[in-house]
Amino acid sequence: MIRILLAAALALALAPGLARADSLGDILNANKALVEHASRLTIGPVIDKLAASGDPRTEALLKAWGDKKLGLRKSDGTFVLLTRKGGDYALTLPDGSGDGTAKRSDINILRPNAGVRRLIDGALVEFQLSSPDLKTRTEALSIIDRHPEAGQLKPLEASLKAETDPALRARKERLLRLLTIRFGESTPKRIAAIDSFGADTGLDLRGTLNPLLDSHRVITKAGERPQGNVERQLIPGKTITPEAAYDLLVARGDAPARLTPLARRQALEAHIEGGKVGGVPVAQMSDPEARDRAYAALEKAGKVPGAATRHEVAAAVAGHAYWRVYQEADPAMTTAAKAALAKIAVKVDAMQGLDLLIEALSLASIYFLAAIGLALTFGVMGVINMAHGEFIMMGAYTGYVVQQIVPDYTLSLLIALPLAFAVTFAAGVAMERLVVRHLYKRPLETLLATFGVSIALQQIAKNIFGTQARPLTSPGWLDGAWVLNDVVSISYIRIAIFVLGVVFLGLFLWVMKRTRLGLELRAVTQNPAMAASMGINPDRINMLAFGLGSGIAGIAGVALGLYAKVTSELGQDYIVQSFMTVVVGGVGNIWGTLAGAALIGTLQKGIEWLNPSNTLAAQTYMILFIILFIQVRPRGIIALKGRAAGD
Amino acid sequence: MTFVKKNPSVLWFLVILAVFTLAVTLMSPGTGTGVISTSFVKTLGKTLCLAMVALAMDLVWGYTGILSLGHMAFFAVGGYMIGMWLMYARTEEIVFAALAKSPIPPTPAELHDGIASQIFGVVGSSKMPAIWAFAGSLPAQLALVVLVPAALALAFGWLAFRSRVAGVYLSILTQAMTLALALWLFQNDSGLRGNNGLSGLQNIPGLNHVPQEWLSIWFFWASAAALALAYVLLAWVVSGKFGSVIRAIRDDEQRVRFLGYPVEGYKLFVFALTAVIAGIGGALYYPQAGIINPAELAPIASIYLAVWVAIGGRGRLYGAVMGAVFVSLLSSWFTGGRAPDVPLGFATIHWVDWWQVLLGLAFVLVTLFAPQGLGGLVDLITGRRAPPRHGAPLGPDTGSLQEREAEE
Repeated sequence: MIRILLAAALALALAPGLARADSLGDILNANKALVEHASRLTIGPVIDKLAASGDPRTEALLKAWGDKKLGLRKSDGTFVLLTRKGGDYALTLPDGSGDGTAKRSDINILRPNAGVRRLIDGALVEFQLSSPDLKTRTEALSIIDRHPEAGQLKPLEASLKAETDPALRARKERLLRLLTIRFGESTPKRIAAIDSFGADTGLDLRGTLNPLLDSHRVITKAGERPQGNVERQLIPGKTITPEAAYDLLVARGDAPARLTPLARRQALEAHIEGGKVGGVPVAQMSDPEARDRAYAALEKAGKVPGAATRHEVAAAVAGHAYWRVYQEADPAMTTAAKAALAKIAVKVDAMQGLDLLIEALSLASIYFLAAIGLALTFGVMGVINMAHGEFIMMGAYTGYVVQQIVPDYTLSLLIALPLAFAVTFAAGVAMERLVVRHLYKRPLETLLATFGVSIALQQIAKNIFGTQARPLTSPGWLDGAWVLNDVVSISYIRIAIFVLGVVFLGLFLWVMKRTRLGLELRAVTQNPAMAASMGINPDRINMLAFGLGSGIAGIAGVALGLYAKVTSELGQDYIVQSFMTVVVGGVGNIWGTLAGAALIGTLQKGIEWLNPSNTLAAQTYMILFIILFIQVRPRGIIALKGRAAGD
Repeated sequence: MTFVKKNPSVLWFLVILAVFTLAVTLMSPGTGTGVISTSFVKTLGKTLCLAMVALAMDLVWGYTGILSLGHMAFFAVGGYMIGMWLMYARTEEIVFAALAKSPIPPTPAELHDGIASQIFGVVGSSKMPAIWAFAGSLPAQLALVVLVPAALALAFGWLAFRSRVAGVYLSILTQAMTLALALWLFQNDSGLRGNNGLSGLQNIPGLNHVPQEWLSIWFFWASAAALALAYVLLAWVVSGKFGSVIRAIRDDEQRVRFLGYPVEGYKLFVFALTAVIAGIGGALYYPQAGIINPAELAPIASIYLAVWVAIGGRGRLYGAVMGAVFVSLLSSWFTGGRAPDVPLGFATIHWVDWWQVLLGLAFVLVTLFAPQGLGGLVDLITGRRAPPRHGAPLGPDTGSLQEREAEE
């Protein structure tokens, strides 16, 4: 009878805020040995008791303990809270009354280890949740986030009403629901908590739901059904390989291990007697059948341990059934979690599709930038400029050099863009005047001559800047990413490159359609002889077109340099893709280049998504696709028609 | 006899090649005085293989007008095919020797697994990929040296020529093909050891007792013989009616088509034939180089091939050989660090750094001012001149002498 009363009293004492059973000092003294040599495994009940005492000084005590400011006075063995006072300590008893000072050497300070401190922190959370200090409350929530425990549920709920900060209140509510899913007292409440999230894509929710679906393998005799919440049966040969099923049996000790070829050979080697093993001559041992016979003979003689034959393995596998059983016992919970995760998966897939699309768009804008200048020279003049990649590289190095002189990244970028244009424009015009002009009738040889320029430029860059990659640092406001949610985020540099691509598209269209130069360019593209007889100087137009194309390559170089490292091979890495973009899109039309870039960007990202481990294979397949695509549309997506096509 | 009379260059070429081969044989460490080192004999042998692929390039570009930027891919594929046998057979010897020490003779499966894990351990695999099915047989791999480049060239050429892809488009496409092949080989699970490539190819299985100085001269002879055969074959191909048709395709494809010739068929034949020659060249080259990896297929290698042919002179077979030998030997001299530095007072020119610049600029200058390349020097010696056209263009392609050719 007394026992029952005591148990009831204890239960009352443990219920928080219901009754003050013991003072803090009494609890500490009652568990002096445990507290003094605190261990993570045994201290739990004591901390719980302290937390449940309802004493307003509990928080201070726990905090002091965690901060190594709780000690034992050596003279009488009382617990004291310590405050530094000069070289000594001012002492406070657990009930709050002061107790003079003491020398350091008179105090035995308690130093809880990391595991114990975590328990103390967990108990403190309850007090911190209602702390008037906003920062303390936020920290308490992070602790719950990292180490969710059943005991936090009630204090969190209690603290919710008094919460004044709206952001923190929302966070508390979310955490409360997450905790309810994990530790809620009844299944309907937990399921309601799951349902309240809908198709939320938060990682914390998925982190809470996934453990509910943890399962483990269970083996039963064939025809039996295991206890617990069964996920599904594993059928050998279908959902589990017979080998794996047999390994499970071996691991459980229900069956002998199979003989590996190596073990068999070692066993045979160990029993060679007079040039024979089990009566079979060694010379015949290169035949697997002979080895089988020899081993069987040895087994019969009892010289080697019996090994499961294939027949025995099959029989053992067939004699058992294999299951996956949820850790979570309640089927209603697992069903609800599964349904919620399925809903989330659909939404995450949609988000990933969006993310893929954004990445493809960003890659497309890079290819567009790299190819737009090429499209101009190739489209207007029918000249392939193999040194285009090196002009891109030149632009990137211009950006790097400017950054060495002008340390402010924003300013240097603003200087580098026009300067890169100027440098590569000049280089392009020089190359057109010196080389390309003489070869207009021989396009294949232009390809080769510009290639000669390309290898010379590349080597010169290597000689000047060395082979190691040079950094082109983007300004601070371009760092970071625009985060939409846990799945979709876009880095600002990619957005900037996209914007640059759009700007250049607009600029290009404006030049081509609205300016005198554009008019003359289009005239020369369509019919140089007729344009010349109308008073246009085709020579000058060709020169300007070449310069313009090269200049755009220079600006693309600055953008690419921000995105990737600047090396002498920077241009080379993009040149084939740029050619592909132009060829696939169709020559002589900016919309074609745009379509080509979009197609190639999407294709590359799409193939990478299908086969994420292997970007090399993705490029191979993309090039193969392009070769086949050329079969269908030899003149690109947007082909010039009629006279403009040139044949 | 009339063939030689009509093509005096064939006789000259064979005589020069024979004299050269004899000279190298007399100077090599294996068969002669040893004035030149084994590695230099190998370099010369490799150069002859490069001359062979340059011949192929000349037929496809100089005669047919298809600027292929993919023939070094066929060259490397030929090398891979022979390399597979070399590596497999040699590893088989090693594994067999290792397993022979164990008390029980190995089963065929153990031997196979041993070879596989020995070859593919470096890419973290121990399974023999399906494409190595014939690697154990020398005749099969030798057949593949011819068949794989031919099949590749036929498939690609059929797709490209059928859709009338021509000119610079075709060049870009061939370059893309090369790049795709290189990227595919760079993968570890392509079954050809990824970027490690195939190595140890200089050790010929079954010939362990033969020292390298002998092997090197044997390969040199084989390369010289192959080059001579290829030269005669190609000279015969371009000298007849077939040669006239492909030159006509180069100069005006439309007109040839209207005259009723199956232009695509001619192009396809030339493309595949040259791919086979390139493949054979590669099969002779890589045992002398000792190692092959996907970097050999980089698009840049094929462009260098075009550079050799352009510098040597297109549209004449000896020009291609001259260009390949001249540029590749000069290149190895400059990049080998043997060329003396040039002090300029304010700076010193290290040729290792500046050779590429020189090559690039020389290439531009040759394209601009000497489209006939080194072969033009031969014209000077033989007194062969362009016909007087009084300023009128010679024809669509100034790289060759159309009028003389038209007489045939």
